[in-house]
Parts: sequence; structure tokens; C-alpha cells
Amino acid sequence: MDYLKLILLGFITLGAALASSWAHDLAYQLHALLLMFIAFGMFVWVLRNTDEPKAAPQDGVYTDGVIRAGVIATAFWGVAGFLVGTFIAFQLAFPELNFEWGQPFTNFGRLRPLHTSAVIFAFGGNALIATSFYVVQRTSAVKLWGGNTAWFVFWGYQLFIVLAATGYLLGATQSKEYAEPEWHVDIWLTIVWLAYLAVFLGTIFKRKERHIYVANWFFLSFIITVAMLHVVNNLSIPVSIWGSKSVQVFSGVQDAMTQWWYGHNAVGFFLTAGFLGMMYYFVPKQAGRPVYSYKLSIIHFWALIFLYIWAGPHHLHYTALPDWASTLGMVFSIILWMPSWGGMINGLMTLQGAWDKLRTDPIMRMFVLSLGFYGMSTFEGPMMSIRAVNSLSHYTDWTIGHVHSGALGWNGMITFACIYFLTPKLWGREKMHSESAINWHFWLATLGIVLYAASMWVTGIMEGLMWREVDDQGFLVNSFADTVSAKFPMYVVRGLGGLLFLSGALVMVWNMWMTIRGAEPATTSLPYATPAE
Amino acid sequence: MSDRKLDEETGVETTGHSWDGIEELNNPLPRWWLWTLYITIIWGIGYTIAYPAWPMISGATAGMKEWSTRGNVAQDIASHQEQNAELVTALLAAEMTVLREDADLNRYAVARGGAVFRAQCSQCHGSGAAGAVGYPNLLDNDWLWGGSMEAIIHTVRHGVRNDTDDDAHYSEMPAFADLLEKEEIAATIEYVLSLSKQEHDQTLVPIGAELFADNCSSCHGDAGLGDPDMGAPNLADAIWLYGGNRDALSYTIENARFGVMPAWGQRLSEEDVRAVSAYVHALGGGE
Repeated sequence: MDYLKLILLGFITLGAALASSWAHDLAYQLHALLLMFIAFGMFVWVLRNTDEPKAAPQDGVYTDGVIRAGVIATAFWGVAGFLVGTFIAFQLAFPELNFEWGQPFTNFGRLRPLHTSAVIFAFGGNALIATSFYVVQRTSAVKLWGGNTAWFVFWGYQLFIVLAATGYLLGATQSKEYAEPEWHVDIWLTIVWLAYLAVFLGTIFKRKERHIYVANWFFLSFIITVAMLHVVNNLSIPVSIWGSKSVQVFSGVQDAMTQWWYGHNAVGFFLTAGFLGMMYYFVPKQAGRPVYSYKLSIIHFWALIFLYIWAGPHHLHYTALPDWASTLGMVFSIILWMPSWGGMINGLMTLQGAWDKLRTDPIMRMFVLSLGFYGMSTFEGPMMSIRAVNSLSHYTDWTIGHVHSGALGWNGMITFACIYFLTPKLWGREKMHSESAINWHFWLATLGIVLYAASMWVTGIMEGLMWREVDDQGFLVNSFADTVSAKFPMYVVRGLGGLLFLSGALVMVWNMWMTIRGAEPATTSLPYATPAE
Repeated sequence: MSDRKLDEETGVETTGHSWDGIEELNNPLPRWWLWTLYITIIWGIGYTIAYPAWPMISGATAGMKEWSTRGNVAQDIASHQEQNAELVTALLAAEMTVLREDADLNRYAVARGGAVFRAQCSQCHGSGAAGAVGYPNLLDNDWLWGGSMEAIIHTVRHGVRNDTDDDAHYSEMPAFADLLEKEEIAATIEYVLSLSKQEHDQTLVPIGAELFADNCSSCHGDAGLGDPDMGAPNLADAIWLYGGNRDALSYTIENARFGVMPAWGQRLSEEDVRAVSAYVHALGGGE
């Protein structure tokens, strides 16, 4: 087996070396070199361990090492992503920060996808992988299927992040929002994602509980749908297999529609369904209460995943997209309102009988706030999908505000809460090092989100009104530059909001550090839970 | 299912399952939630009947209201066109040099021109028309190619130094780095500084004046007052397109400048060309 690995790794090293010397562009060359070094390093490592006695896999304990790594990666990429986000927020207020000397690398255009990918895929993605691995083991009462495949998923995903990020900085992009990585990076992510699906499904298949817990339905729908979205939206033909540039298979409005079918469901399945999976495990756990309604969880799950997939066209109102598609996108978005709220209701009502915890438990408070923001943005979304509202809001900062009240408020807050839940458990501590630091984080982040969302509402609506303002003879009143200069103060407020949110995350990192390196000796892995049925 | 028990806090039955200690209550769907869902579905059906929605074999249902986004905006534009039809006809027929005598038409032309300016011209000339380095200020009475109504219309219609319109204004200053010695350029700069009454080195002025007369005066005039027929700027005032200090002047003289403006007659309607010219003329500096 080891010899087979050695041959394979040798070929990969050689192939990557050739690819790097034949590369047409810098991004591709760097990626090939990276692959060569990694494959070579693994080759040496396997070689050194060949024919050595292997440690027998531990029975009776959950696979938690990869989750520990995932929690750390989540915090790391979170801080990186928030930092870039805050920086580009100030770039918009003060264009000098694009730095003449750093062109083209420090340009807003290259840093912006770095920010979005870092927060959605690196921070959010690591959070989803780590929590789904944690939840699926506990609620199935078995360890992860596939042994080291989970580690492959983890490291493979980190490699994907590094390839994507370096590609953006070096100018390799498909220019499709949230699907910027080029074809070779897409193929790598597909491999990693299928491995992730295999580990998750394998664990479900060998579960010891009779029923599959609701959190796992959500995680599974997220993993499967993201795989489908990713593959279809990235169908492209490379210009050369030795270069990063590729050409999309779809063109014109078909390409736009595929892109927003993908883009909207990245929100729907990555940032909604996946995170609802987190919610369904960690909220009842933290509250110590049963889930409010089993019926509601079934109905809203199926309604949510059935409806979300149709809502994409609302991103393309008043474009070349035919009116009928735009109508359907809007109608399905509005019907989606209640199915989205089902998750919020089930989360919040789970606190029935434990509301007093809001006063005493800052982690619970974070969960509740995240559900509040979830409810708010899943109301705002359908509202903004209404054509008449969209004609005002589209292309304005209102959209940015909407996205961030969801991303910072819902995804960010629930991830922080999960990190605070997981860190002591995974490192065998009684609780987090400092409870007041959690409180600080809560308030810094909350205030940051409020500044962010409020400033973007103001500037977005102002901008929309200025763009459409005509005099009584039908002539435009404002030039585009007038709207840009009018937004300046709100851009500064938004930047400050980002700064607060970032400092909250730094407080969390300090708190994690202190907890993990705590004085008390760590108890190792946790034992099996006994199946209930 | 025999494991079903009552939750002590709420008195609600559980489903009897437990995962890692998590149980589920058997609460019904909240009524208001269910009814709101039904209402949105009913509304959705109604909306898709009223508006274009369902894809069929060839084309999609058009909807009872026969509404379309394009139809909607076309209607909007048509209503303004109808409202302004008389004024447009008058503008197309107007003798532009005496436009001001017709107050209503002038107001219309300037308003329309302002809208055109904000959409098409402000990117270079600034939303307030104050210009920037390399882009002329249109608020003052210093005109490179003339500031009369006819001259402005010509500039707007044909542009400057573009290669799409044969009637575009054209003139080109040589790059003097190839033609004069460094010291000669330095002396010329001192003379040009003296023309605009800036601080300068008096000893170099006579040499500079001679060089200016030989090399520059054919376009900029003997006294450096410029010539709108050549697009040669006046060098004796305090207005500078690319800056009037030593550094800027030496860059200009050594490398020359070549500002370009598109021929808007190829991009805008005749009424828009007339309107935006009226707007620029009215900004304050029109002759």
C-alpha cells in the first residue's frame, strides 16, 4: 500500500514540476510549484514511515483531532477575512489605500474576492466542515467513516483556500462572483468535496441511532447541493491545460442565470441550510432543552430546500433575463419567507423553559442574536426580491448591508457561539478561559453589525433615490460621482463597524488561546455516547 | 414510539427520540406560520396569473395584465417624450446663437443638457464641470477651442484629436526634448513663467524670449496669448490645464500633451448635442 502511495506521489511531484515549467501564467506556475512541494514532502514522509509499525486506530472514541484543527482554522481564516474586509471597506472611503506602489496586488478589485472567499468559504466552510463532523458523530453515536479521509478533507480544503487566494492576487479569476477560482482549482475542490460527502454519508450509513437527526438532513442537503452547484456553474474549457485561463461553457444571459442560480443557492445551501444544521444541534445543546417542534422541522426543511433552488433569478431583475423567469424568482423568494422563518421559530422556541439563560449565558445570547439576524435577513431578502423594491435597491449598498446582516449577524454570530461551545469540549476543559471576554466579544460584534447594517441602509437607499431622481421634464438630477461623494460619511461608519467586528474576533482568538493552553491538564478524547434506541 | 413522554417544563409530549441527549417536542406547526405560508402561496399563484411567469413550449405565459419590464420603461420614456415633444422640435429648429431669447426653450435645453452632461461628460470634466488636471474647466472663460455657442457645438459634435471624426479639432505640440537642449528648455520655462507673472529667473528671460519666438509663438502667439483656432492655450493667465509650475511645464515642453475627446455627434442625438452645448455655454464662461 505504501509503495503504491510512493509511486503515485512521485508521479504527482514530477507532473507538477513539468506543469510549473510549461506554465503560461504566474498563478498556474505558483500553484504547480506548491503542488510539487506538497507532493514531494508527502513522498518523503511516506518513505520514512514505510514498513514502520503502525499505531492501531483507537476504538471507542470519536474522531476529534480533525475537528480541533477545523476550529482553529475557522478562527484563523475568520480573522484574516475580517481583516481584509475592514481594509477594503476603508479603501472605498479612502481610495489612496489602494496604494500606487502595490499595484495591481493591493487593488480593491483583487482584494474584494479575497475577502468574500475568505469569509464565506474559508471561515464559513471550515466552520461547517468542523461542526458537521462533530455533530454527525455525536448524533449517530459512531466515529467518522473513512479513517484519514477526514484529514484529507481538512487539508485538501485548506489547499483549495490557498490556491484560490493566491490566484486572485495574481489575477487568475473567472470573474464569476463567489465562483472566482479558475478551472484547476475548481477540479481540486470537487475532489475534496466528494471526499467530504463520502465521509459524511459513510458516517450516516453506519450510524447506531435508528433515525437521522434533523441537523444531519440539513448538513447533507448542503453538501450535496453545493457539489451540484459548484460543478454546473464552473463548467468551462481551459484555454490550455498548462494555464489557468478558461472559457465558460454558457454565454450571455444563460451564463448569468447559471451564475445566479449558483450564487443564490450558495447563500441558500452554504450559508443557510448548512448553518441551520449547526443551529439544530448546538442551540438545543446549549439551552439544554428539546427542539421545539419535530413537525415544523420536517415541513420547513423540505419547503426550504424545494423553494430555495428557484429563487436565483431575483438577482437579475430588469436585465436581459426574460420577464417570466424574473417573476418566478420573485414569487418563489416570497413563498420562501415562512420556510426560512421555520428555522428561526424552531431555534428560538427551543428556549421555552430556558429563557433565563439569556441573562446568564453569553453563548446563549449569541445563538439568540444570530437567530434574530437570521430572521431579519430572511425577511429582508424576500422583500428585496420584489421587483418594485429591487428597482430601488439593486446595485446599491443596501444589498451589501443585507448580505452583511446575514453574514456577520447570522453566520458570524452562530459560528462564534459554536466555537465557544466546542473549544472547551474538544480540548478537555471545563469552560472557556474568560466569560467576560465572551461578553465583550458579543457587544463588540453586535455594535459592529449595527453600525454596518445601519450605514448601508442609509447609503443604499440614498444612492438608489439619487440614481432615479429626475426633474419634472424627466431629466436625471445627479451624476454618478455625486452619489459617490454623498456616501463618504457612511463608508467611514461602515469601516468602523468592521473594525469593531474584527476586534471582537481578536478577543475570541485570545480567549481560545488561553483556554487551549490552560493550566489544568487536558482530558483526552470523549467517550462514545450510547445510542438511545 | 412507546418512549414518548411529557416534557416537564412545557407539558408537551416528546417524539420519543433522543440524539446525544437532544429530544424533540411534538408541538404542532404554529398556526400563524402555516397561514402566512398559505397566503404567500395563494398570492404567488395569483401573481403568476397576472404577470408573465410560466414557461411553455414556445415562449411563456404573458400574464393577464400584459405587463413587461421593457413595456413599462418604454411607456415611461414615451410619456416624457410626449410631454416634451414640442420643445424638442423647437430645439432642433432653433438658431442656437439666440437660444436665450426664448426663455422656455432655453430652460429646457439647459436642463436636458445638464442631464446629458452628468451622464456622459462628468467622468472627465467633473460633476460640477470644474475639470481636473488634463481635463479643462468649463466654468471659466478660458477656452482652448473657442467659447462661442458655435465653437462649443463644434467641439461637442466632433471632439478633439480622436480618430473617428475627420472634423475633430486637431493640433499637436512637438515633444521638445528631441528638438531643444536642456538649458534651452530651462530658459524657455523661465520666460513662460514671466508671461504669467510667476516667480522666475530674470537672467534667463531674454534667452527664453528668443527661443519662444522661434519655437512657440507660431501657435501660442508672440505674447503667449494662445490661439483658439489651433487649440493653443493662453500662457499669460493663471489657468493651466496640466499645471503651471516648473516641473509641470518642463514635462509638458519635453514630452508634449495630447488630450482626446470623443466625437459626441456620433454617440448622442442631435437634440442632445445641442442641449449639452447650451448647458456648457450657460455654465458661466460662454462667449
